Amino acid sequence: MAGQAERVAGAAQGAAIGGPTARADFRADFPLLSRSFGSHALAYLDNAATSQKPRAVIEACTRFYERGNANVHRAIHALGEEATAAYEAARDKVRRFIGAAKASEIVFTRGTTESINLVASSWGGVGLAEGDVVLLTEMEHHSDIVPWQLAAARRGCRIVVARIDEAGGLDLARLEREWDPRTRIVAVAHASNVLGTVNDVEAIAAIAHAKGALVLVDAAQSVPHFPIDVRELDCDFLAFSGHKAYGPMGIGVLYGKEALLETMPPWMGGGDMIRSVTFESSIWNDLPWKFEAGTPNVVGAIGLGAAIDYVEGIGWDAIAGSESALSAHALERLGEVEGLVLYGRASRRCPVYSFNLGRVHAHDLAQYLDREGIAVRAGHHCAQPLMRALGIPAAVRASLAFYNTEEEIDRLIQGLEGAARFYG
Amino acid sequence: MSDFDELYQEIILDHYRSPRGAAVLDGVPESARLENPTCGDSIKVEVSLALDGSFRGARFEAKGCAISVASASLMTLAVAGKSLEEVRDIAWAFIHALRGEASPEALETMGDLVAFKGVAKFPARVKCATLAWHALLAALPTS
Repeated sequence: MAGQAERVAGAAQGAAIGGPTARADFRADFPLLSRSFGSHALAYLDNAATSQKPRAVIEACTRFYERGNANVHRAIHALGEEATAAYEAARDKVRRFIGAAKASEIVFTRGTTESINLVASSWGGVGLAEGDVVLLTEMEHHSDIVPWQLAAARRGCRIVVARIDEAGGLDLARLEREWDPRTRIVAVAHASNVLGTVNDVEAIAAIAHAKGALVLVDAAQSVPHFPIDVRELDCDFLAFSGHKAYGPMGIGVLYGKEALLETMPPWMGGGDMIRSVTFESSIWNDLPWKFEAGTPNVVGAIGLGAAIDYVEGIGWDAIAGSESALSAHALERLGEVEGLVLYGRASRRCPVYSFNLGRVHAHDLAQYLDREGIAVRAGHHCAQPLMRALGIPAAVRASLAFYNTEEEIDRLIQGLEGAARFYG
Repeated sequence: MSDFDELYQEIILDHYRSPRGAAVLDGVPESARLENPTCGDSIKVEVSLALDGSFRGARFEAKGCAISVASASLMTLAVAGKSLEEVRDIAWAFIHALRGEASPEALETMGDLVAFKGVAKFPARVKCATLAWHALLAALPTS
C-alpha cells in the first residue's frame, strides 16, 4: 500500500488552542510560508484566492506518484486496486468531513466552478422550465452567476437577485416577503469572498424548502474556516474547492442529495461514467461515478483527503481560536487607518477584509504592499455585480488563514499607511 | 533603483496627482469607453481635429490607477501637434514596447514616455499603461 490511507497529520497535531505558540507550530507545517521576497519575509494574506498547503498534503501527493500511481476503476492488478481504494477512501473522508450520509452523494470535480456548472447544466436541464426563476444574491462570485445565466438562457428562465443590506448581509425576512413563486432554486454563497459575510444558509434552506425550491450552497469560502454539516444545513447541493481548504488545486467536490442526483442526467460523457456502451445507446454508471467522466484527478482527491486529515488533526477549535484572535486584531487595526473604507460588517463573518484607502486605486495599493512582501488581492474579485452594488471599480482584499500572525496584520497596516503617504 | 521605484517614478506620480489633458467628456458616448475589467479602470478619449482633418490633440476622462492615469496624461502631451500618422506610430510603438513585442529600449527615444520602461517588468500592469493608448487609437478617424 502506498500509504495514502495512512493518517497524515502535521506537526501541530494536538495543539489545543490557537495562541501564538500553537501558531508557530502551524506555520512550520506549511513550507511555503518561510519564503521571502528581497529583504521581506512573505506575509501571505491572499488565502481566499488559494490557501497554502501543509507538508502532509504535498507529501501525500508525492507519495502517490512515487508509490501508488495507477488508473482507477479499471485494473485487475494490485497497484490499480490500491489506487482505486485510495481514491474511494478520499471520497469517504470528504463524506464524513461534511456530514453527508453516503459516499454516493460525493462527486469529485475540478473545483467549485465545475460543481456549480454540473448542477446548473444537469439539474437545470430537468429541474428548470420556461418562466422559472433562479434566485441568486448580490454577493455571488461569478462562478455562481454565469453557470445559471447559461442554464437560464437554455431553459427560458429568469434570474432574480436578492440585494445585500447596509452591513453586507442578506435580509431573510425580505427574501421571504419578495419570494417569486416560480423560484426553483436558490444559489447562495455560504461565505462571501469579498464581504466575508457568512450567510445563514440553514435558514435560507428552510425558507426555500417551505416554498418548494432547492438550495445550492457555494461553500468555497466557508469550508476552510469552520466545520460544515450538510444534513444540519439541509442544503440540496453544496460545492467547494480543495485548493482553498489546504488541499491541491484541480480537485473539488459537489455534494448532492442522493434522490436528486438520481434524477439528474450525466453532464459529460466518456469513460468511467457508463456501465455499458453500444453505438445505439449507453447505460449510466451508478452514483457518484455517473458524474465523473474520464480519468479523475486521483492525486487531487488523495491530497484533499490529506488536507482533511490535517485539519482534523489540529482540530477546528484550534483553527477557530487562531482565526478569532486574528480577526479581532485585524478589525481593530484596520479601523485605525485613516481614510480606509471596509466593505462588509455583518455580525458573522470570515476573516476576509476588502477595503479601499482614500482615492488610492486598489492596484496601486496592492503594488505598494507587494514591495513590502505582503501578498493581497486587488481587483473585482470575480464579483463585478457586487462591486457595482458597492459603487466601486475595485477593492483590495486581505484574507487570512489560521496560520497568519498578528505581526503580519501589523505589517499590512504599516504598508497601508506608507502607501497613503506615497500616493497622497 | 528597485523595480517598484522604476514603476512609480516621480514623473508618473506627478502626472497621476495632477493629470494633464484631463477633462469631463460628456460629449463622448459611453460606448466609446474602454475598460480594463481586471481592475475596473475605465477611460474615454476625445480627439480634436482641425477643419482640414489634421490631428490637433487629445483629451481624456479616466478612473483608474496611477499607471493608467499617468499614461493617459503623458499621452496627451506626447501626441499634441503631431500628424495622424505620427500619432498612430507613437501609439503602436508604445504599445509594442510595453507588451514586450519590441524592446523597451524603444521608449528611450520617446521623451517622457521612457518613464514607463519599468512597467514591462510587471505584466499585470501593462494593461493599465496601454489602456489610454488603445482608447486613443479607437478614437482616431479611420485612415
